Amino acid sequence: MLTGEGALSAQERAHIVALMAHYPQARAACIDALNYVQAQRGYVADEVLAETAALLGMSAAALDEVATFYNLIFRRKVGRHVMMLCNSVTCWMLGSDGLCARVKEVCGIGLGETSADGALTLLPIVCLGACDRAPALLLDGELHGGVDAPRLAGLLGGLTAEGG
Amino acid sequence: MERPLTRNIVAGRPPLDLGGYERAGGYKAVRGVVGRVAPARVTEEVGQAGLTGCGGGGFPTARKWQAMPTRAERPGPRYFIVNADEMEPGTFKDRLLMEGDPHQLIEGIILSAYAVDADHAYIFVRGEYRVAISRLSQAVAEAREARLLGPNILGSGFGLEIDVHAGAGRYICGEETALLNALEGRRAIPRAKPPLPQVSGLFGCPTIVNNVETICNVPHIMAYGAAWYRALGVEGAPGTRVYGVSGRVKRPGSYELPHGTRLSELIEDHAGGMQEGFGLVAVLPGGASTGFIAAGDLDVPMSAAGLARLGQRLGTGNVIVLDDATCPIGFMVNLQKFFAQESCGWCAPCRDGLPWVVDMLQRFARGEGRAADLAVLEEMVDNLGPGRTFCGLAPGAAASLQSGLKLFGGQFRARLALGAAA
Repeated sequence: MLTGEGALSAQERAHIVALMAHYPQARAACIDALNYVQAQRGYVADEVLAETAALLGMSAAALDEVATFYNLIFRRKVGRHVMMLCNSVTCWMLGSDGLCARVKEVCGIGLGETSADGALTLLPIVCLGACDRAPALLLDGELHGGVDAPRLAGLLGGLTAEGG
Repeated sequence: MERPLTRNIVAGRPPLDLGGYERAGGYKAVRGVVGRVAPARVTEEVGQAGLTGCGGGGFPTARKWQAMPTRAERPGPRYFIVNADEMEPGTFKDRLLMEGDPHQLIEGIILSAYAVDADHAYIFVRGEYRVAISRLSQAVAEAREARLLGPNILGSGFGLEIDVHAGAGRYICGEETALLNALEGRRAIPRAKPPLPQVSGLFGCPTIVNNVETICNVPHIMAYGAAWYRALGVEGAPGTRVYGVSGRVKRPGSYELPHGTRLSELIEDHAGGMQEGFGLVAVLPGGASTGFIAAGDLDVPMSAAGLARLGQRLGTGNVIVLDDATCPIGFMVNLQKFFAQESCGWCAPCRDGLPWVVDMLQRFARGEGRAADLAVLEEMVDNLGPGRTFCGLAPGAAASLQSGLKLFGGQFRARLALGAAA
């Protein structure tokens, strides 16, 4: 895995250029490009953002305006794992606040924070479209529904067990 | 009971691949229609079927299509966009349709794009829906391989490309003009209308934006006809809807039922009624942007006309049940927090008004309400209402605020700060 900082590799540059082919205007590929570089590097660092913007024919400010708008683009370093807890209404009714409190107890972090060992970042997310299995969360992009305290403990335990 | 939209969907089984979908009768409508039936006939059939938007707006689909200028009037690219940015709290139907039967959506897109003579389609899927994105991408590749997509579909002379676009979050991207800005790589704020997207949409070209469920209906309308489609519904509503129920009911989930099915039947018979020990206080019939329906009013058809009788909207048709163990004011705080957080910040009533509403409601939730705030909250209903903002986010927030203030007025008064109750 590449580190967050550092210049785009030739392969990354080529991939971003290929993404631009799906749209009549290069900048339309900017979300795809941000998603891609984040998948490579964990987050979108300043210099990566600037280089990506140049490829897309955008100013860094214009790309940052897009990047900071979205829930799923990280402009700061995140933990090796990212948990996103749904806090919309059905999950709230069925206990998402309790899950948030449990993460605090176990990992010592609240929403928007990363654990001291760098293993986990906890973030809120809006309705995940899994209300029939509330409360729901995403762990590293994978959906988990019907999360109660034991299941949450299992998920968090899995992260520490792998040394993550 | 016929359920065309979910007939190929079996819980726990992967979706049908192209071969399986075709063996189940899939792409029959495309083979029968594209290049064989005049595009205007498709629009006409969809209009006669009475199909309306299932994403929350409820606008008649054929009328939306008819507002697009012809290629002679506006030469150049024409776009067909599927709004798969499902993020309305309480709503989980489009995920089911995309994950469960991706080829059905693709067949609907081909027919709809043919009707409006669009040459390029984008499916705008929220980035969190990873499984849907992967299954749709796979299905698009299969369809392209079989020449159901590409420059000259099945030798008809009609060509269409589909790109699956993964978004990066934010509820506002589901608003059709904000979605256009998002697709163009701009900050996703809504655009002023007019011009309508049909006239000047994506990259300034004629563009249609339709919801996933809406488009999934089109193959069935074209295969079996408008009369068949209309007869699927009850109480004057056409077709079926993928209703849903969440909250403390026995069987939360998605239920494809005749459009117009009674709300009481949906909750009691299909979702199994309330879990032991819980009572139903009220419901939001179609996501966070719809107003409260009181427990005594559930004997109402789940259709636009049915709910209009109560002064409410159908929205997405996915019901959120508020139970008697949940504080109704806390429930309202959660809804308003969602809208405040997801406001794009473009219009003042929404950007500044919603956090203010949250603040006032939170005081009531803590038992520190101020009598004067009740009047301000009533005023905010109007300030957030239709016509005050570029888009429907704030009016959506106002729906539950207005109905909640009325329905839970007693609880609000009981939560006034001590000494303020005079």
